[in-house]
Amino acid sequence: MRSPFFKNHLELKAKMVDFHGWEMPLQYSGIIDEHKNVRESVGLFDVSHMGRFKIKGEAESQIQHLITNDISKIGDKQSIYSPMCNENGGIIDDVIVNRINSNEFVIVVNSSNIKKDLNWITKNVKSCEIQNVTEDYALLALQGPKAENVLKDAGVEQIENLKTFHLLEAKLYDVDCIISRTGYTGEDGFELFFDSKQVQVWEKLLGTGTKYGIKPIGLGARDTLRLEAGLMLYGNDIDETITPLEAPLKWTVKFETEFIGKAALEQKKVERKIRGFEIIEAKRVARKDNKIYDEEKEIGIVTSGSFSPTLGKPIGYCFVPIEYSLEREIKIDIGGKFFDSKLTSTRFYKR
Amino acid sequence: MAEKKFTKEHEWIEKSDQIIIIGITEFAQDQLGDIVSIELPQVASSFKQNDVMAIIDSVKASSDIYCPIDGEIIEINEKLLEHPELINQSPYNEGWIVKIKPNNTEQIDSLLSKEQYDELVGQSKE
Repeated sequence: MRSPFFKNHLELKAKMVDFHGWEMPLQYSGIIDEHKNVRESVGLFDVSHMGRFKIKGEAESQIQHLITNDISKIGDKQSIYSPMCNENGGIIDDVIVNRINSNEFVIVVNSSNIKKDLNWITKNVKSCEIQNVTEDYALLALQGPKAENVLKDAGVEQIENLKTFHLLEAKLYDVDCIISRTGYTGEDGFELFFDSKQVQVWEKLLGTGTKYGIKPIGLGARDTLRLEAGLMLYGNDIDETITPLEAPLKWTVKFETEFIGKAALEQKKVERKIRGFEIIEAKRVARKDNKIYDEEKEIGIVTSGSFSPTLGKPIGYCFVPIEYSLEREIKIDIGGKFFDSKLTSTRFYKR
Repeated sequence: MAEKKFTKEHEWIEKSDQIIIIGITEFAQDQLGDIVSIELPQVASSFKQNDVMAIIDSVKASSDIYCPIDGEIIEINEKLLEHPELINQSPYNEGWIVKIKPNNTEQIDSLLSKEQYDELVGQSKE
């Protein structure tokens, strides 16, 4: 599949990559350059491959049943991040629920899970209209300390008053747009939902952002940015074999609410945990599925590994027994050689 | 300067006196993207043709570098340990990887010419 901005990516000479059936830009100028641009000024991402479902009707209590977080904490025009669990507490997906009003919600899901999620939601949300609007709406992310300036210059009124995880319905270059102050980079930023035919918005944003040094950003830098910021990637760090309590997502599990998987999460003792790691002897970069050792004993596995452009060293996340706490020294087997590493928080970067 | 020869695995070699200089191609560095580290072999170690002799890590992937012909490492580009990005910036000059003393110079003849390599890369791009 192709995003509405496919031609723009080719014009910008992006390296394209197949991402769960979508032809998406991996990089334009280079992952490190793009990464630093987002941390220092602003970057524009095409994330139109993310799945989006519109749910209309008496859905609030039914959506609550699907997610571990507390939907009653948000009002109209607000968003909430949450895992969606199965009966065993395993993570079916991690999603953002946008509440447009009490009768309309938009759920944003991972592109790899669109079919599975749609089935799950359809099975569990009754008497509501559920529509897969993924291809009807474009989705761009504008991320970085200068993102607000770009939208202000683009004529979006009141953007400075928009709080994190709040939504604003606004005109963006005369295009009806829903703007949320959310992202996947660890920076301030916005996600922009609008009619997928309005492809001119991409070029216009790059034009408005020129004075701030805006650059288009590919999926490569999206991955290193989220990795530094402690954000989980579905399919790498989390999946149906892992619970939110094993991932650093305890903050999203609200036992005072009722949701699928609650009983399992209450009963199951947490025995393993996702931790961050950094390689002390920074000669190699660890990758997903490299094994973790405590001396001779295999204790876990790398779930995500890359190079941190901000820290200038290899970092990642791994899944290890819970008694292996922060600062604990471990070894990572990369291609049969063992590299001294230590466990850290998953938050490598805080703005 | 002597003519370069190429491998299907995207290494280049250049013969200068009795020494062979080895690096990776422009195409290879472009495919790897930002290179962030390299593991180099020990000087005086020996490799057979197609043995893994070095490993390059870019942000997005790890990649084995194969020895194009049998030989003994006589020099490594130590600058790369501090500045692996030299391979991106200058794959054919400052970004050279190792120098070897070949054991079997006949193997050089079996490597690809520039024309053959360009054709290979042109095909794999499609």
